[in-house]
Amino acid sequence: MPSLDDLKKRIKSVKSTQKITKAMKMVAAAKLRKAQENAEKGRPYSQKMQNIILNLTKSINDPSNAPKLLVGTGEDKIYLCVVLTADRGLCGGFNSNICKLAKINFKKILKDGKTLKIITVGSKGLDQIKREYGKYIVKKFSFKEKKQITFNEAEIIGKEIINLFQQNEFDKCILFYNNFKNVITQIPQAQQIIPTENSSTEDKSDDSLSYEFEPDEDEILEDLLPKNLSTQIFKAFLENAASEQGSRMTAMDNATRNAGDLVDKLTINYNRSRQASITKELIEIISGAESL
Amino acid sequence: MSEKFTVEIISPDRLIIKSEATEVTIPSYEGQMGILKDHIPLITFLRPGLIIIYGNEKKSYYVEEGTVEFSNNNLLILTSKAKVLENIDKKSLEEIKDLAKKKLNESEISDKEKYLLSYKIETINEINQ
Repeated sequence: MPSLDDLKKRIKSVKSTQKITKAMKMVAAAKLRKAQENAEKGRPYSQKMQNIILNLTKSINDPSNAPKLLVGTGEDKIYLCVVLTADRGLCGGFNSNICKLAKINFKKILKDGKTLKIITVGSKGLDQIKREYGKYIVKKFSFKEKKQITFNEAEIIGKEIINLFQQNEFDKCILFYNNFKNVITQIPQAQQIIPTENSSTEDKSDDSLSYEFEPDEDEILEDLLPKNLSTQIFKAFLENAASEQGSRMTAMDNATRNAGDLVDKLTINYNRSRQASITKELIEIISGAESL
Repeated sequence: MSEKFTVEIISPDRLIIKSEATEVTIPSYEGQMGILKDHIPLITFLRPGLIIIYGNEKKSYYVEEGTVEFSNNNLLILTSKAKVLENIDKKSLEEIKDLAKKKLNESEISDKEKYLLSYKIETINEINQ
């Protein structure tokens, strides 16, 4: 049985923890609104970009001449995995969920006898992955000192990936990030970005228009594909940022509630032992008086 | 009446404008291009220049690059940088111009880059006059 003093101390410490988690929740909620807005605003751009590329792909008759970024190298040996995580912790399962999904994929790739290369973005993911897969990491990015991630950062990573691709360092590139669905649901996702995956349905073919291209398709594609890559990465960034805040908000909300429960329980314990000691003292006094 | 079509300018972080227009001129890669209603479907990309939207009122945007798609009377302009002409700070433009000029004098740039840079300088000169 802990003494009264101990209980008092514990209640105090849990209460101050609760204050911290409550404040973090509030901050996350405020940031979430902005991040969510950004993610929603960023969606049309990447969607439309994907649409244009889809239309372009349709008009390409000779796949062997098409740019490599679009159709791939034709081989399937080396996989480059880009894992996007946060730079900060205390956000529930956010980072772990991405890493879990990534690790499942890593295992599969290695099991199939393929070569694995990893780029990590964000320090939390790096910490989780480097223990098991440290030797596969070729590059790590962290934008910890940046307050907000802009298109420029996405472009830096995009350029790096294209650079590696041009040096024939990999055949396929997969991007891991959390898709922001709503505040409580974030779905970790693996998206193949090189070669571009035809994710949308094929039945759109009847409204395919014959486009006029200026200059020709190849040149447009050459200009557009690297841009699209950066756009996809940027989209992943935005989704991730919103997911991180959402995840942190729910995690901190839970933590605040748990702390509240704990305080209640400790308070009852405290009161009980206080009462017990009073009763004990009373009994002592009474029995002392009786013996006189 | 129905001589109008929709124009959208979208940047990665937001929708810059969505409105109706009767005519839009864009600085396409191979030259200035005017688009009217019922233009044939088109995909092209931009060089530095001005996008001018003629609708209820005339609106101009300065862009450095971008991709354009026109289909079903919907003009879609995707660009990472588009600025409303009236709001541009002339000083910052001069800075961009100086930077472009400096780059132009470097030897190891491709013809394509040279082409784009020279248009950037020309456009900025035009604006600042």
